[in-house]
Amino acid sequence: MHPFAYTRVSDTREALGAGRRGGRYIAGGTTLVDLMRETVERPETLVDISGLPLREVTATERGGLRIGALVRMAEAAAHPKVRALYPVISQALELSASAQLRNMATIGGNIMQRTRCTYFRDVTADCNKREPGSGCAALHGHNRSHAILGASDHCVATHPSDVAVAFAALEATVHLLGPDGERRVPFAGFLLRPGSTPNREQALQTGELIQAVEIPAHPRPLKSGYLKVRDRQSYEFALTSAAVALHLRGGVIREARVAAGGVGTVPWKLPAVEKHLVGERPSEALWAAAAAKAADGARPLQHNRFKVDLLSRTVERQLRIVGGTR
Amino acid sequence: MSPQPQAAVGAPLSRVDGRLKVTGKALYAAEHDVDGAVHAVIVDAGIGRGRITSIDARAALAHPGVLRVIHNGNAPKLPYRDNSGSNNPPEGRRLRVFQDDRVRFHGQPVAVVVATTLEAAQHGASLVEVSYDAERPSTDLHEAEPDEPTRYARGDADAGLRSAAVRLDLTYRMARNHHNPMEPHATIARWDGDRLTVWDKTQWVVGTQTELSTVFDLPLESVRVISPFVGGGFGSGLRCWPHVVVAALAARETKRPVKLVLSRKQMYLGTGFRPSYEYRLRLGSDRRGRLSAAVHEMDGETSSYEKFTEGIMAAGQMFYSMPHVRQAYRLVPLDVNTPLWMRGPGFATASFVIESAMDELAHRIGIDPIELRRRNEPNEDESNGLPWSTRRLRECYTVGAREFGWHRRSPKPRSTRDGDWLTGLGMAAGVYDPGRFPAQARVRLDADGTAVAEAAASDMGPGTYTAQAQVAADALGLTMRTVTFRLGDSLYPPTPPHGGSMTMTCVGSAVLDACNKVRRQAIELAVEDEDSPLHGVPADDIVVRSGRLHVQGNPARGETYQRLLARNNRTHLEADGSYAGAPEPARHSYYAYNATFAEVAVDATLGLVRVRRMLGVYDAGRIISPKLADSQALGGMVGGIGQALLEHTVTDHRDGRIVNANLADYLVPVNADIPDLKAIYLEGEDMDADPLGVKGIGEIVQVGVAAAIANAVFNATGRRIRELPITAEALL
Repeated sequence: MHPFAYTRVSDTREALGAGRRGGRYIAGGTTLVDLMRETVERPETLVDISGLPLREVTATERGGLRIGALVRMAEAAAHPKVRALYPVISQALELSASAQLRNMATIGGNIMQRTRCTYFRDVTADCNKREPGSGCAALHGHNRSHAILGASDHCVATHPSDVAVAFAALEATVHLLGPDGERRVPFAGFLLRPGSTPNREQALQTGELIQAVEIPAHPRPLKSGYLKVRDRQSYEFALTSAAVALHLRGGVIREARVAAGGVGTVPWKLPAVEKHLVGERPSEALWAAAAAKAADGARPLQHNRFKVDLLSRTVERQLRIVGGTR
Repeated sequence: MSPQPQAAVGAPLSRVDGRLKVTGKALYAAEHDVDGAVHAVIVDAGIGRGRITSIDARAALAHPGVLRVIHNGNAPKLPYRDNSGSNNPPEGRRLRVFQDDRVRFHGQPVAVVVATTLEAAQHGASLVEVSYDAERPSTDLHEAEPDEPTRYARGDADAGLRSAAVRLDLTYRMARNHHNPMEPHATIARWDGDRLTVWDKTQWVVGTQTELSTVFDLPLESVRVISPFVGGGFGSGLRCWPHVVVAALAARETKRPVKLVLSRKQMYLGTGFRPSYEYRLRLGSDRRGRLSAAVHEMDGETSSYEKFTEGIMAAGQMFYSMPHVRQAYRLVPLDVNTPLWMRGPGFATASFVIESAMDELAHRIGIDPIELRRRNEPNEDESNGLPWSTRRLRECYTVGAREFGWHRRSPKPRSTRDGDWLTGLGMAAGVYDPGRFPAQARVRLDADGTAVAEAAASDMGPGTYTAQAQVAADALGLTMRTVTFRLGDSLYPPTPPHGGSMTMTCVGSAVLDACNKVRRQAIELAVEDEDSPLHGVPADDIVVRSGRLHVQGNPARGETYQRLLARNNRTHLEADGSYAGAPEPARHSYYAYNATFAEVAVDATLGLVRVRRMLGVYDAGRIISPKLADSQALGGMVGGIGQALLEHTVTDHRDGRIVNANLADYLVPVNADIPDLKAIYLEGEDMDADPLGVKGIGEIVQVGVAAAIANAVFNATGRRIRELPITAEALL
């Protein structure tokens, strides 16, 4: 671990000041400390924001939910409003990490977490994300867990978060606070695809702080859920995952929100699948036809070809679990 | 002497050191408080093969707290005397730390940074600039050139195959597995003049002592190795790895005690592993499944500098009856670290192949897999003509089939469904060859009626402390509370490695011998003592119970150890005990056996395999400590689940790096993966095996587990997976 300075702030003004001077924000630390130990991350200054008042889950006026950036994963998962309105969020959280980590890690930190690409995490390997211009060892290396969607020749790493997949599906908004005030970024624009700058992962400016993630109101009732496919039953990142939310009225799907995880360089929204569902009645055939579009545009690598098929099957399964019929 | 009543042996006791462990008072290697210890961190080679051209340690040395950076450019020449012991492979030359500029595998130690704090040493290690002249390493088992094979043959296997009515030709691949004990390897080394003391994570204090004495050219008695607790091993601690030498060297160079703990990543670089294999098996049988011939061709990994072998050939020679067998076992030297035995070594690999193939054969000819095995049960060891000591596989099958509900298995694959899940049952048989080597022990009975037994030994988790105390308690006629077993110190009487299912057999027999001698001394003292109530009683008529000697069948006539010793002015009685090892020449063929049953569910759409329940039935001789045996058996099944479904050390063949050298990417089963596991031990003992009648349990429990699961996957899905681990992509 490289030597670093540590400071703890008690209000957002103080935090922004420290952030502007180049400090790295730390809350639960479950990713950052890990990466510091591996010397992947070498911050000069850590700014501990865990004392900031960003720990509330509140209903918005329009009927959505605002989840404070410092709400712990476990708290968010257990929150009655989250459970009632958006089971997909609770499930995604509960299928993440371990109980110990969920008790420490925060929602803001979760969406900021960095890839599990083992070449990224090994400082002796080439990685454009860690060291721009050094190359991508995963592109022709061991890439079973890597992305089939949204990748570039510069980076094929997946975004590891589960709850971010739910946020992407539900079209959440990220509330940011920076030196120039507040701004809101749609979730789809918050996490960046690698392109030629895989080292830039979020649409954050220097010193900006995540205040909250807001889930917009969706028509009710909204059935939703998260399916995570992985080699072992617990405590593993997704091979594939699917977040599905459906609003049915009169036996017809009026609104569909679908996103996939484990397959994209960012949580992967599936508009073609959604479009196929809207206006239709649930049926096995519908799920299959819609899910067949899930891997549109996929570009598999040597060791992850199976994900193309597995992605469609995962989406189909989750459509059935949420939408029923059988 | 009259046989002692059995009280402690066979009782389901909790481990005697359990409280120490759960309260954090059991001290593991890195936790010993050694005055003035400084910290060492190893710098790992960043290439897979080549030469070190320069090492620039200036930045590291300039970092506050850094004391020394030792590497091939400044390390003293170390004697590295030959050492054929210590579990170094007999062929090859062990890695000599910092003695030359060669890099032989990715992650080899190339330097060590010693600093006053762990943080300074870690940071210093990241500041050491190593330049290399890199070459392309060879790390792919399937691409590299094998050595000349080790061969075995009886009959004419090729002719046998040609004339067989049913022939199978199957190739299996098994991934490399790492032991991954919970406790990382760690060493604290301290020099007092020319005497070296190390606190080490090791499964063999004697082996570590021997290795250090030869590396530094010290008299054996100048090296003391202490290792009272080992936080898991599975074999990784059976050898003294280079980092132990690094710690001792760093301590000598800095003249300070040095503590060195491997990081989790370094556990994949600096200790061994179960080698990956490619194993082709051809089987020939008649239409009723009677085997006639088998040809085994196995290629296994070893390093470029040592020839690591394991017992992968034995099962193919003795497990099933057949006239014709041919085997060729080839080592494939690669630019990797040297492998080492891992739970059920050799047998756990071979059994996956043989037992999967038997399942394939049963399916091919349309008979029940258990029936096929019964039809091929040999009456003697056909590799050497010796009778079995005990071989109770038929009972394992009968008990296992009954207890597991084998009759509920549909012989037709892919015919049982539970929602999205296809379910299936599978079984496999297992065999392991427990080692029997000389061991010694020492026992002292004090005048206060308590006893202490000592042997070098080790307890990496199976419960050596407890089980040896059980043996001693019964042999001395004491209660468990008054007996202490001490282990993990090279000052204690020497024992073989704590592995290979040897500890209960060898150490236990030596402890038994020593205790019998002490009891005999006490009895003789009593019968010759005119003031004893036992005066004149034939020694053979006396037993000891709860610390009191008395006439067999007449408990009223007797006295306690305390009274006897006090009256005779004896502070204690003591004796050395020994076990001579396997008899020469062998009179029996001696193995432990099991039958393992598994029920799996496979999500046919998503390719996921989940084990629902397992049962192991063991012919392992006498079970000394049933509760701890259960821990072993369940642990072995968990290990087998990992081997079958999850564990896979992945190497990037472009530069030889291990890609998943951490516990997030190298998957081992978690609680959710290990549902209902059950173990049954056939009652009885194997008195031809050793004086205790035990055959050891630690290894046999993992043998066959992977095959049972793979066979259940076949029963569930109709898909035969011949590559471990079985992953989703194989089943999609």
